[in-house]
Amino acid sequence: MDKMVYDQIGETVYKEKLENGLTVSLLPKSEMAKTYSIFSTNFGSIDQTFVPINGTKRITVPEGVAHFLEHKMFEKEDRDVFADFGKQGASPNAYTSFTKTAYLFSATGQIEKNIETLLDFVQNPYFSDESVEKEKGIIAQEIEMYNDQPDWQSFMGTLRALFHHHPVKIDIAGTVDSISTITKDDLYTCYNTFYHPENMTLFIAGNFDEQRLINLIRRNQASKNFAQLKTIKRDYPDEPAAAAKQENKMTMPVSVPKCTVGIKESSFELSGDEFLKKDLLQDMIVDFYFSKGGSFYQQLYEQQLIDASFCFETTLEKNFGYTFIGGNTRDPDQFVQTVRELLISTRHTVFSPEQIDRMKKKKIGQLLKAMNSLEFIANSYIHYETAGANLFDIIPFIQTLTGEDFNHYVQNWIDDERIAVCKIMKE
Amino acid sequence: MHEPYEEVVTENGVHFHFVPTEKFKTISFTAKFKAPLEQETVTQRALLPYVLQQGTQSYPNRRVLQTKLDRLYGAVLSINSTKKGNHHIVTIRLETANQKFISHESDIIDEAVALFREIIYEPNQEHNAFPQMVVSREKDTLRQKINAATDDKMLFANMRLIDEMCHDERYKLHIHGYEDDIERITAENLYTYYRSMLQNDRLDIYVAGDMNSKALKAKMLPAFQRDDCFEPKKVIRDTEKYPDQPNIVIEKQQIQQAKLHFGYRTHVTFGDEDYAALQVFNGLLGGFPSSKLFINVREKNSLAYYAASKFESHKGLLFIFGGIAPQDYEHARDIMKEQVHAMKKGEFTEEEMTNTKDLIVNQLLETMDNSLGMMELLYQQVAGEITLSPEALIDGIKHVKKDEVIQVANKLDLDTIYLLTSQEGDTDG
Repeated sequence: MDKMVYDQIGETVYKEKLENGLTVSLLPKSEMAKTYSIFSTNFGSIDQTFVPINGTKRITVPEGVAHFLEHKMFEKEDRDVFADFGKQGASPNAYTSFTKTAYLFSATGQIEKNIETLLDFVQNPYFSDESVEKEKGIIAQEIEMYNDQPDWQSFMGTLRALFHHHPVKIDIAGTVDSISTITKDDLYTCYNTFYHPENMTLFIAGNFDEQRLINLIRRNQASKNFAQLKTIKRDYPDEPAAAAKQENKMTMPVSVPKCTVGIKESSFELSGDEFLKKDLLQDMIVDFYFSKGGSFYQQLYEQQLIDASFCFETTLEKNFGYTFIGGNTRDPDQFVQTVRELLISTRHTVFSPEQIDRMKKKKIGQLLKAMNSLEFIANSYIHYETAGANLFDIIPFIQTLTGEDFNHYVQNWIDDERIAVCKIMKE
Repeated sequence: MHEPYEEVVTENGVHFHFVPTEKFKTISFTAKFKAPLEQETVTQRALLPYVLQQGTQSYPNRRVLQTKLDRLYGAVLSINSTKKGNHHIVTIRLETANQKFISHESDIIDEAVALFREIIYEPNQEHNAFPQMVVSREKDTLRQKINAATDDKMLFANMRLIDEMCHDERYKLHIHGYEDDIERITAENLYTYYRSMLQNDRLDIYVAGDMNSKALKAKMLPAFQRDDCFEPKKVIRDTEKYPDQPNIVIEKQQIQQAKLHFGYRTHVTFGDEDYAALQVFNGLLGGFPSSKLFINVREKNSLAYYAASKFESHKGLLFIFGGIAPQDYEHARDIMKEQVHAMKKGEFTEEEMTNTKDLIVNQLLETMDNSLGMMELLYQQVAGEITLSPEALIDGIKHVKKDEVIQVANKLDLDTIYLLTSQEGDTDG
C-alpha cells in the first residue's frame, strides 16, 4: 500500500492496485462520524459501442443500458440489496453518469461489513428475464418524470444542439422505446466487460483503520475469480469541433421561458496536466464572467434578462466538454444575442494581475469548501484519476498557473461555430 | 461520548453559539433571526434576503461586494428565509476558507468577521431607506420566484396540499410571500422593518470551524451588540385539529406524471415525549428505501418512481407523497393508505425497528458531519424553544419501543388528500 501525504491540505491517501486489477484508495478521517465508500466502474451512458470481453466483433447496445444495469444490480435472486445495507445501518445509493456507474454507501458503523456487502453485491450479478421486464415499468416512470422537468429538457436539448454524433447527446436513462428492447443478455454482456476489476476503482473516505480495511479488501478480492482482461476497445464516433445546429426550440408548460447557451468545449481526448489545465482555466474563466459580480452577469442582470434561476456549469470529461449558461428569461432571443456578443468579446481580453490573483484565490477557497464533503473528495478523486490527474495536487497546480496561461486560454476560448442554444417556450 | 457540540454565550441581546470542530476546512458564520409567521410581514421577510445581498455601506453594490467575497478566497454569502413551524426565520450565512489550510495567509478570519458584521448592521442605505433601484429590481425577482413556484410539480403539489390543509392557520403562509403585498413595500418601509427586525427578533449567531474559540469570542462579542435583550417570544402553538373526514382535492394540469400527496396531523412536535417515536415511525413508513412505502408502492407494485414520507417537526404534520401514472390513482392511494394502517396495527418487526433506528442515528450523525446540517440541527432547539442536543436526540431514538411507535401511529389523523393529475387523467370515484 503506497502512502501519500498532502501536508498543506491535511490529508493522507493510501493506494494499492490489487492483483486482479482493482484500484483501491483509502482516505482515513477520524474526526468524521461517517465513512463514505464508492465502488465505481469506468462505464457510463456514452459507452454504447465496444468489443465485449471474450468477443471479437464490435457491438452497439441499446440506449440506457448502463443505467438499466445499475438499477438491476440491487436485485438478487432471493432479496434486495438495499435491505442488506439497511440492516447494517448504511444508506446505499448508485448513479449512472455519461462516463461512470457508481455504487456507494455511507454509514457511521459496521464499516467492514458494509464494504464487503458493497464489493459482493456489485461482483455477483443476478438478472432474469422476468425481473428485466418488471424494471422497464419503473424506469419508464423515471424517464417520464424527467420528461416533465423543464431544466432537464433544457439540459438535454442543449447537448443535442451541440453534439452531432457523440453519445453524450443521448439521455442517460435512454428512452421508453429504447429500454423496452433491453434483454438479460445485453445486461450480462455489459456487465462482464465493464465490471471487471481492471476497469473499476474503490475509494473509501472517513472513519476507519486503513490497515484492517485493506486486509479485508485483499482477502475479499483474492477469493473471487475473474477472466483476463486487456484494454477494453470502445468506439466513439468522430465528432466535429463545431456545434451540430444553432438552436433547439421546445414548448412546455413553464411560467417563464427558459434559455440555455451552450459552448462545445472539447470533442477529443485529453489527459494529465493538459486536462487539468483546461479543466481549471475553463472553470475559473466562466466563473469570472458569469458568477454574481462578474461583468457578464452584471450586464445580463441590468438588462433584466436573467433572474435568480440563472446558472452556469462547465464540465470536462476525457473526450467531451461543454459549458452551459442559462436560466429563466422573459426574452430568450435577446438573452441569446447578448450572451453571444459578450462571449465573442472575450477574444481580446488581457486580465490584470489583480483579476488573476482573485480568480485563483476564489478557486482555492471553493475547493477547500467542497472538501468539507467526503462525497466530493471521493467522487472528484476518481474523476481526476480517470483523467490521469490528482485531486490533491490541484491547489498547488493553481498556484503555478501564470497570467499568460489565463490570457492565452481566454483569447482562444470562443468560436461562434461551437455555440448552440436551447429555448423552452411557454405552451 | 462527545464534548458538547456548542458553547452558548448570551450577551448584549445576542445568543452566540461557538462550535469548534476539526471536520471542516472552512469557517462558517450564521445569523438566524426568528419571528412569528405573520401575513403582514411574510412578504417583507421574503424580500429582505434579496435586497441585503445587493450591497453594504463600504461595498455599495452587488458587484463590489462579490469582488470582496471572491478576494476572500471565494467566501460564500447566502441569505434566505424559511418556515419553521409557526415561525419565520431569516438566515444570513457567510462561509470562508480556513486560513489554516492556506500557506502564508492569516487575515481571512478577521476580514470575515468584519464583513459579516457589516452585511448585517450596515446594509447599503440612504436616508433610512434601501436604494430605490435595488428594491424595485428585487421586487421583480421575488415576483418571478412566486410565479415560478408552479414549475416544480412536486413542490407545487406540496404547497397546494398545505394551502388546503391549513387554510385557516398561519402555517399556510407562503414562504416567498404574496404578489399583492409586494406592491405595498417601499424602500423606506422595508428599511424600517429591517431595523425593527434587527432589534426585536430573537437573534442567534453560530460560528463553526477548526479554530480557537477563545480568540474568536474576543472578536465576535464586541462586534455584535444590540440595545436590549428582549424576552424571546415563546413558541406559538395552534389549537389541535382532529379532522374526522379527509378532504379530497383533485386538480389537473398538463403533466405526464401525477403527484399524489397525503397530509396527516401527528399531534407531536419537536421536544415532545413521543417525538423520537415519531421519527422511528416515519423511518418505518417512508423515510428510507427500506420503508413500507418504497417497498410496497414502488418495488412490489411498480406504481411509482418515488414514494416516501416526511414530517414537519415544529407544526406536527406528516406528508406522504408519490409520483404515479395518472390512471393508477386509486390503486396507489389505497396501497399508500394501507401502509399507514399496517403501522397502526403494529405490522412491523423488532428487526425492522432496530434497522430503522440505526438508519436514523446514522442520518443524524451524518448531518453533524456537514457544516450547514450541523448548524440546522443545533438550531432546532432554538426553533422549538427546548434544550434537546443532538446527543439526546440520538439517545432518545435508541430507546424507542415498539408500542410507543404504535401509539404515535394511532395519534395520526388523515386531514387532506391532494392529487395533481393530467388533463385526461381518469379520476372518477
